[in-house]
Amino acid sequence: MSIDIDTARRVAHLARIAVQEDDLPALAQELSGILTFMEQLNEVDVTGIEPMTGVTPMRLKRRADVVTDGEMQDRILANAPDAREGFFAVPKVVE
Amino acid sequence: MSDLTRLTIAEARDALRKGETTSVALTEAYLSAIDGAGALNAFVHKTPEIAMDQARAADARIASGEAPALCGMPLGIKDLFCTRGVASQAASKILEGFRPEYESTVTRNLWDAGAVMLGKLNMDEFAMGSSNETSTYGNAVNPWKVDDRQLTPGGSSGGSASAVAADLCMAATGTDTGGSIRQPAAFTGIVGIKPTYGRCSRWGIVAFASSLDQAGPMTRTVRDAAIMLGAMSGHDPKDSTSADIPVPDFESMLTGDIRGKTVGIPKEYRMDGMPAEIEKLWADGSAMLKDAGAEIVEISLPHTKYALPAYYVIAPAEASSNLARYDGVRYGHRAKLGQGDGIVQMYEKTRAEGFGKEVQRRVMIGTYVLSAGFYDAYYNRARKVRALIKRDFDEVFAAGVDAILTPATPSAAFGLGEMADADPVAMYLNDVFTVTVNLAGLPGISVPAGLDQQGLPLGLQLIGQPWGEGDLLNTAHVLERAAGFVSKPEKWW
Repeated sequence: MSIDIDTARRVAHLARIAVQEDDLPALAQELSGILTFMEQLNEVDVTGIEPMTGVTPMRLKRRADVVTDGEMQDRILANAPDAREGFFAVPKVVE
Repeated sequence: MSDLTRLTIAEARDALRKGETTSVALTEAYLSAIDGAGALNAFVHKTPEIAMDQARAADARIASGEAPALCGMPLGIKDLFCTRGVASQAASKILEGFRPEYESTVTRNLWDAGAVMLGKLNMDEFAMGSSNETSTYGNAVNPWKVDDRQLTPGGSSGGSASAVAADLCMAATGTDTGGSIRQPAAFTGIVGIKPTYGRCSRWGIVAFASSLDQAGPMTRTVRDAAIMLGAMSGHDPKDSTSADIPVPDFESMLTGDIRGKTVGIPKEYRMDGMPAEIEKLWADGSAMLKDAGAEIVEISLPHTKYALPAYYVIAPAEASSNLARYDGVRYGHRAKLGQGDGIVQMYEKTRAEGFGKEVQRRVMIGTYVLSAGFYDAYYNRARKVRALIKRDFDEVFAAGVDAILTPATPSAAFGLGEMADADPVAMYLNDVFTVTVNLAGLPGISVPAGLDQQGLPLGLQLIGQPWGEGDLLNTAHVLERAAGFVSKPEKWW
């Protein structure tokens, strides 16, 4: 499978990474190279094999559905690039 | 005492308990070694005030007679671990300025055991790399040198490896998603163990690929690895994949007796074009274990060849999801926006500026293999191949094999910059012997076993059964003693 420039542009957008138009051909080529390496997986007979979800056969633990912490708004906002009036601030998203 | 920075954890523990030295003295010796080692670029955030406070507290605890083995030991911490109030950036520009409001469980366990934090260590950005060349802090440098070239300490835990090998800390934390503890340990002549998936809590460690990531110790000796792994391990309700099973006293399991154990030599690890000296090292290691009374058998792990491509689907897929959180909203870097830029431009510019090239590449590969139409062809297929790789190991262990011996890396440390023009896939080949272990969730340890013709360290890897770290460390201890690796890099920095 080789990735063309349009696909590279689409993948970059899906990943929310700005890529300059001039850089797309090189990116497409690089991604194609990596995907070619992955094509080896097609040689494996995987008939009847379940995709692995967890490597250790253990049941996830459950806990009571109760509030165990909170009241730490200042600490949660402490690292925000832009926090105002107790909220994370972002550019306007609705007109 | 002379040369405090040469002591192992076990030696320092005994000296501290006898009152021959203090944690304050050890800590001061290391802080001054760090100040003199800027050329290695191993420590990227120093925490001398925290270190001295912890050292004084450790001395008081030791004096009271109730101190765990790790009490008073000065450690370096990989930048991937969140440490409260101390920069924790995963070596990425996108986390510039981030100071966590919380402490990772592993480091919390270490401080509870009385360990001392000297500072944070360099690494590949988000642990993606095998040479420590993708770091926002610049390259970490290997203290080993054979000519004018600066060599890589390996990656991603390159700063950890460099610091332990150069005696800048007594031991360090590392993390290993595809070989990131074992490969740098091998490149620098130290010991590094990746425990069974679930042995150490992942809570508070910046996530790369959650189904593969594990923390582990990087130390000068196998005994030190046993001591430190014990302190790092244990169930944590905050990580639902952490195992609720007892942590044995690993050190007490170092009996030095492996008579009657079966060690497997996987034929698929004999790669085409493998350097003769790696092949010889491997044969020598096998002979050493045989001399110690182990039975050596040839085994087959038929899906080995597919581990690397499966890993490079699964790890980027998980990374693309984990790294979605770096969006310029809650922490770290946010790009300066132009007139009229909306939230999508904010995300895209922030992530383009904040992520380095290799991280961008892997996030995009992960995005692609998870996207509609390709999910089955790549991601699901890779997860099926992963199940087959694990089954290979299950079958070998069920047939009575206790441990598996392989080379740790396909070569000794290479020069920084030498891979700059190579295909990304060429760099990925560094993980060829280590990545299977992560895919199968097994414990694996790298033990320094010899020097190559140029005089650079080479390591051997032992792979153990799930939750069998004690047995694995014991076999590694036997190999370490037989190999008698004592070389240290000559100080040039």
